Amino acid sequence: MSIKNIFGIAGTALNAQTIRMNTTASNLANASTISPTEQEAFRAKRPIFRALVEQADLNRGFSNLGGVKVKEIVDDTTPVRKVFDPQNPESNEEGYVFLSNVNEVTEMVEMIAASRSFQNNVEVVSTAKQLLFRTLDITKA
Amino acid sequence: MNLLDNPLGIHEKALALRNQRLELLSANIANADTPHFKAKDLDFKRILSNEDPSPMAATDGRHFDSGETSNPNGLVFRVPYSASVDGNTVELQVEQAAYGEAAADFQSTLTFLESRISGIRKSLRGE
Repeated sequence: MSIKNIFGIAGTALNAQTIRMNTTASNLANASTISPTEQEAFRAKRPIFRALVEQADLNRGFSNLGGVKVKEIVDDTTPVRKVFDPQNPESNEEGYVFLSNVNEVTEMVEMIAASRSFQNNVEVVSTAKQLLFRTLDITKA
Repeated sequence: MNLLDNPLGIHEKALALRNQRLELLSANIANADTPHFKAKDLDFKRILSNEDPSPMAATDGRHFDSGETSNPNGLVFRVPYSASVDGNTVELQVEQAAYGEAAADFQSTLTFLESRISGIRKSLRGE
């Protein structure tokens, strides 16, 4: 137990929020991706967060008990949009193309939430750093 | 209080506890977006008094067990002001406020320690 654990815990959160921002960036980039079949259509990606609280997590090399990790990245289950566009070279025999199920507004909200959470954890790190330096100063008393 | 037997007094132990609390609160903030995560905190009163919080007394043989267990570590779950749909009990504002408070507490313990150390130093020099 030391103040350095705080850096580790906040670090896992910074990592998780970065992954969340990356998925958001990927979703936004693929918002207008089209495909000829429903299966191939792009689906928004969502990271699933889980707390690092079990011994099994530690055995797997996560050293920061109490932190957070991305358990998996899953596809959004919202149905993809089907648009009639026979001029499109990607359209199927019936003239339909399948758009992604990305909702730009949701993604923007997700991005802002991730960025605020990131800032929170940066603040935790900076406070912990001040306290660490303050502790080192005890010897000068 | 003996300066030589126990030069740093209670502050040595207090610093470790303050650090533990900071760690817990940083874990709460880290898991602010984790579904089903339950925020935790330390109950200093419970640790310092070191008493076993006795569960509700059963005055009759037919009373049910209240299910309360003794908790010498002083770890308590935070009761949220409003429930959230994903089962997460971290309220970021509350945690930030608690973290700020814990950081200030840590600094005050450090100040106490510093004054102890400078006191010892003065007495050794015979000033």
